[in-house]
Amino acid sequence: MFDALTEKLGGVFDTLTGRGALSEKDVNEALREIRVALLEADVALPVVKTFIDGVRPKAVGEEVIRSIKPGQLVIKIVHDALVEMLGGEGEPEGLRVENVPSVIMMAGLQGSGKTTTTAKIARRLKSVDRKKVLVASLDVRRPAAMEQLKILAEQVGVEALPIVQGQLPADIARRAVNAAKFGGHDVLILDTAGRTTLDEQMMSEAAEIAQIADPQEILLVADALTGQDAVETAKRFNDRLSLTGLVLTRMDGDGRGGAALSMRAVTGLPIKFLGLGEKLDGLDVFDARRVAGRILGRGDIVSLVEKARAEVDEAAAEKLARKMAKGQFDLDDLAQQLRQLQRMGGLGGVMGMLPGAQKAKAAMESANVDDRTLKRQEAIITSMTRKERRKPDILNASRRRRIAAGAGVDVAEVNKVLKMHRAMSDMMKKMGKGGMKGMAAAMGGMMGGGMGGPPGGLPGGLPGGPPGGGMAPKGGLPGLGGGLPGLGGPGKGKKK
Amino acid sequence: MILWWGKKKAKDETTGETPLEPVADASPAEFEPASEGGPAAPDLTPPPAAPPPVVDGARKTGLFRRLTEGLRKSSSRLIDGLGAVLTRKKLDQETLDELEDLLVTSDMGAAVARRITKAIAADRFDKEVSDEEVRRALAVEIAEILRPREVLVDFSTGPRPRIVLFVGVNGSGKTTTIGKIAASLSGMGASVLLAAGDTFRAAAVEQLKVWAERAGAGFLSKPAGADAAGLAYEAVEMARRDDRDIVLIDTAGRLQNKTQLMDELSKIVRAIRKLDPAAPHDVFLVLDATVGQNALSQVEAFHHTAGVTGLVMTKLDGTAKGGVLVAIAEKHALPIHFVGVGEKAEDLHPFSADAFARALVGLKD
Repeated sequence: MFDALTEKLGGVFDTLTGRGALSEKDVNEALREIRVALLEADVALPVVKTFIDGVRPKAVGEEVIRSIKPGQLVIKIVHDALVEMLGGEGEPEGLRVENVPSVIMMAGLQGSGKTTTTAKIARRLKSVDRKKVLVASLDVRRPAAMEQLKILAEQVGVEALPIVQGQLPADIARRAVNAAKFGGHDVLILDTAGRTTLDEQMMSEAAEIAQIADPQEILLVADALTGQDAVETAKRFNDRLSLTGLVLTRMDGDGRGGAALSMRAVTGLPIKFLGLGEKLDGLDVFDARRVAGRILGRGDIVSLVEKARAEVDEAAAEKLARKMAKGQFDLDDLAQQLRQLQRMGGLGGVMGMLPGAQKAKAAMESANVDDRTLKRQEAIITSMTRKERRKPDILNASRRRRIAAGAGVDVAEVNKVLKMHRAMSDMMKKMGKGGMKGMAAAMGGMMGGGMGGPPGGLPGGLPGGPPGGGMAPKGGLPGLGGGLPGLGGPGKGKKK
Repeated sequence: MILWWGKKKAKDETTGETPLEPVADASPAEFEPASEGGPAAPDLTPPPAAPPPVVDGARKTGLFRRLTEGLRKSSSRLIDGLGAVLTRKKLDQETLDELEDLLVTSDMGAAVARRITKAIAADRFDKEVSDEEVRRALAVEIAEILRPREVLVDFSTGPRPRIVLFVGVNGSGKTTTIGKIAASLSGMGASVLLAAGDTFRAAAVEQLKVWAERAGAGFLSKPAGADAAGLAYEAVEMARRDDRDIVLIDTAGRLQNKTQLMDELSKIVRAIRKLDPAAPHDVFLVLDATVGQNALSQVEAFHHTAGVTGLVMTKLDGTAKGGVLVAIAEKHALPIHFVGVGEKAEDLHPFSADAFARALVGLKD
């Protein structure tokens, strides 16, 4: 998408070469492309308009006109403006929890993830901020909502207000505040029922709860997959509850997250956290750059790294690194890499998150390299005996035939896997000698294997690869800088 | 409600009349107001075996009413916007651009919005048009796209036990939808089994159990963390043993880009197929009306993994209009079965292309 936008803008500006000046029409056309890109990313229309109006003067600026690649410059302007609008770089202010007890109230539509987020924040306050936390569910509507919070509270090791059946939310709120006061809790988190903003009764109930509990923080929990409705929901909740911040959940989905921009823009409130996944440690501090990149369809590197981190077994990665350093990389290791790649969402999933990988992705699609290829390759390896996997050299023609039959493929496919293995093994030997153990570990850990790709299957020299590692964050991001040599096809050697 | 059980679809295609009751003060013109008596489904012919369907002619809050009420209360962007756009008399380019924008705000997607706007502009451009006229034209255009997707589910025919699987992302409303369907089916005399296949989320089992009790339906669950595929398998076995008409199987919410979770879903499907190769007979993808363009990705992924047979859209009682259904309908030939407009059992309605389209453009005031 990002690439598509770059291309379109490139097209718009390319026609200008030699003319020397941008006409208003050119600029409008470019801005129209940006507009569509933002709409496709689910940024709400009014926000898109404001944004475009803000960008316009910069986009027609002298700098752009003189630039050699105006398209790219415009994208940079757009990206920076997005970051700015999302709250700028740097971490947002944390939760205000100085009072004892401080009350945090959670609000949002049904199914936005309030209860899970409540547990995540409770966990964070407990483990990072060393607070004594009490949680209470005021959701008397949805069946078993209170039980849900109670179970989650147990899982994160914080106290939950005992459930009293038949109490009204306002009464539970009073009881919770008292319990927090007398129980010596630092923070009380009130989870409320999901409600639509049109439900007047429920909205006044929420306002009443806010009045009773006098929270320092009222957080609106919203789904990052939300579309145009984001503005409406944020505005309406903010009107009734004077929110203090936003939490966006399901950032681990493949949505573009335009809702973040919409909600931030209409409320002016900071986005405090991003929710990722159902595991209770899946709560990140908001990062404007990351979300801006994602809205533009630029790879979400951070997510990729996180995903890799989540899927990679560190011990196994280390073991592999040691083996590689010695120049041993057997077929078992390759199989493991293939599995890891599949767990990370397959080639498509990984590529989708990489900047500049769109073309490679397209090339792979046209060469019929997809996730089934990974599975098939894994099947081929698992059709071998242990001995064969350790010492691929013993694989003669008849063994190969047997393996092919076992995996249900042609012998040619078996050969491809072996060839791929040999290529990777050679590369790793080289790297091992080069003393780049750290990098090798990273590679192994991440995706060296899968991305190395079947040299036979990938058309020679997939274009691009990650652009100069420019996006690759420094340190601690194993495998991204060096982990994708395979994207360059056989030309792996060129990386470092 | 009425029509899910023991009904034969009775829809007059030519008039575009829907089985939903229009509000009494229906707008004149193209939409023929149904007669007061039994607006819901005039030619209802229940098969002999089935219990008499409950015609809810008495209940005033039909789907359309609920949708419009929601929209009216919301003083929705689209409607306000339309009003503003159309105070001008001439349908010029500027007006069209604004119309297009307004369609975009329903989550229809930029491309579809453009196409629809173009279509209505075709023979009206530069002509004097009234607000009502343009709205109606838009509604007709949108309904046209949606109509082929308007398919009522007839749970009364087909295999027995009929096995229905519910899939979707987290928080889209699967469990609530199952509860509502179970309540209706039970109310019509069907013998229903609910299987709490969401063994992951805390208290999901308890949530479904409450619905099962309300509906008087059978209930199968396992301890948290149990294998969902095993549970699905047992549910089918149990339904056969207990001679149930229908098994509704809940699943844990999952984002469509989580490979492992999607694999788990395909395992559930495979487990069910071991007992009945033709099952699950229905796979309903539950979509949240607030979702944006990501719904398209959801449809594709879940269809690929679980062979989705139909869609349910929930939470249409809020400010979100669910316009992404139009984009989905343009792209995929997937039936849309139900819409949810509230948390109560009776808040689930068969999908109606006309009602949906009209609500979307704010017709009917």
